[in-house]
Amino acid sequence: MRPFTFVRPSGPDEAVRAVASDPDAVFLAGGTNLVDHLRLGVARPALVVDVRTLTSREVTDASDGGLRIGAAVTNSQLAADRRVRERYPVLAQALLAGASGQLRNMATSGGNPLQRTRCAYFQDVTTPCNKREPGSGCSAVGGYTRDHAVLGVAAAPEAAAPETCIATHPSDMAVALAALDARVQLRGPGGSREIPFTGLHRLPGSDPSRDTVLEHGELVTAIDLPPLPAGNRSAYRKVRDRASYAFALVSVATALQVADGRVADVRLALGGVAHKPWRASQAEEALRGQPATEASFLGAAEAELAAAQPQSGLDGGNGFKIPLAVRTIVSTLRQLAREA
Amino acid sequence: MNGDSTRADPAPDAVQAEISLQVDGRTRRLTVDTRTSLLDALRERLGNTSPKKGCDHGQCGACTVLLDGERVLSCLTLAVARDGAEVRTADGLAVDGVLHPVQQAFIDHDAFQCGYCTPGQICSAVGALQEAERGWPSHVTADVTSDPELTDAEIAERMSGNLCRCGAYMNIVPAIRSVGSAG
Repeated sequence: MRPFTFVRPSGPDEAVRAVASDPDAVFLAGGTNLVDHLRLGVARPALVVDVRTLTSREVTDASDGGLRIGAAVTNSQLAADRRVRERYPVLAQALLAGASGQLRNMATSGGNPLQRTRCAYFQDVTTPCNKREPGSGCSAVGGYTRDHAVLGVAAAPEAAAPETCIATHPSDMAVALAALDARVQLRGPGGSREIPFTGLHRLPGSDPSRDTVLEHGELVTAIDLPPLPAGNRSAYRKVRDRASYAFALVSVATALQVADGRVADVRLALGGVAHKPWRASQAEEALRGQPATEASFLGAAEAELAAAQPQSGLDGGNGFKIPLAVRTIVSTLRQLAREA
Repeated sequence: MNGDSTRADPAPDAVQAEISLQVDGRTRRLTVDTRTSLLDALRERLGNTSPKKGCDHGQCGACTVLLDGERVLSCLTLAVARDGAEVRTADGLAVDGVLHPVQQAFIDHDAFQCGYCTPGQICSAVGALQEAERGWPSHVTADVTSDPELTDAEIAERMSGNLCRCGAYMNIVPAIRSVGSAG
C-alpha cells in the first residue's frame, strides 16, 4: 500500500479545497470500499481527506414534504428512520438488501452511491481494465460475465478498445434513489450545485474510468428525497446468488400509484444490469395511464429490455439477466398493484 | 539519488500519526503508520488478538468489534480515522470475570467448533441484539414499518456478515435466540 498523508479538516469547504488542490487526494467517509481499494492497490492516493464527521448526520423534514439526508447519515441509521420506512419503503428495503449489519453501520449516504464496481477484473490489478487503467483493455469481455451489464452496452464489445467497459454499478441504495427522483447536493471548488440523482452516474462512453459526473474535489453534502404522491406504494426486490450478503444479479426499485385500475404514476429503476443505476424510462412511459394488469407490466418490462445485449462469457454469459429482469419487474409491480 | 531509476512512482516515506484509543476500558496511546487498519493496530500493536484477520477485505466478519457501541469491521477501518474512539472487543466483554450473556450462550449452546470466527460472531451478535432491541428492521422483515420479532430467520439475516467455515450456524442461531428472548 502506498503511504499517504491523512488529514481531517475542520469543515467541508476546507476538505473540498484540500482534495481539489491535489490530484492525488481522495475523500474518505465510511471507508468500506476505499480502504479495500487501498489494500488491493486499486486506489493509490498520496492524501486521504477524512470527511466522515464533516457533513450532517441528520435526516430532516424538507419544506416540500420530502426529506433531506445528510451525507454522513449511515446506511443503518437511514434504513431505521421511521419516516423512510413509512414514506419510502423502497429505500429502506434497498439499504437493508445491501451488504451486512457491520458494513451498513460504517457506510454513509454520501459514500454508498459512490462505491465502485465489484467487477473482479477491476479489483485485480494484475489484469487489464479500462476503468482502473484507461487504455489497457477490458478483461471482462469474453471472461466471466455473470455480474456484468446487459443494458447500455454493445452486443459484442471489442475487448481491446480503450473505451470498452461492461461493469455494473453495485449499489442497491442508488437504484432506489434513481427511482425516487432524488437530488444530490454538492459542494465543489467552484461553489455548490444540485443535480438530479439520475444524472450523477454515467455510462462508460469514451472514459470508463469516470463512474460519475463529479469533478475532482466535489463533495456530496446531502441527498434530497421529494415527496411521493399520496397513495403511492413502493418496493425493492433483489435477486442474487445467495440469500444474503451478495451483490445483485438483477434488482428492481419501483413506486406505483394505481387509480381506478389504471397506472396513475410509476417510477422504475433497475440494478445489476448496467454501468449505472438504470432508470427504466421506456417501461414507465409504456405504463402510464394503462390498466394495472399483468399484461401491461409484461409489455412495459419487455419494452425496457428490448435493447438489452447479452454478453457471452466463459461462464455461459449473462443472457439470463434479460428474462430475469423482465420477470422481476412484473413480479414487483404485480405485488404493489395487489396491495394498492 | 543516482539518477538511474526508471520507476515513475518512487515509494514515498511512511507517514506516522499519534492516536489514542479506548480499548476494552483502557486508554491506549500509540503512533501508527496512517495505513494501519484498526484490526492491525489492535492485534499487532496492542497485543489484543481477539479480533481475527480472516479475509482482510470485509467479506468474513471475523474482525468485528464494537466501535463507539456499534458493530463494525475493524479490517476496513483506518486506525488514524478513529482517533479517540471507544473500542470493545470480545476480549473486553466480560465484567469482573463474569462472561457477557452472549459469550455464556455460545458456550451453553456449543456455538463454535474451531473458534476462529467466534470473537467476531460474538461482537456481531451483541451489536445485532442491540439493533433489534431498537426496532431496526432487516432484509427479511416482511413489513419494514413494523418492529420485527427476533425469529430465527431474522437472526440468520442479521448475522449474515459473519461466516463460519466449520458451519456452526445451527448452534449460533439458538445461542443468540436464547439471549434475545431473555432480554
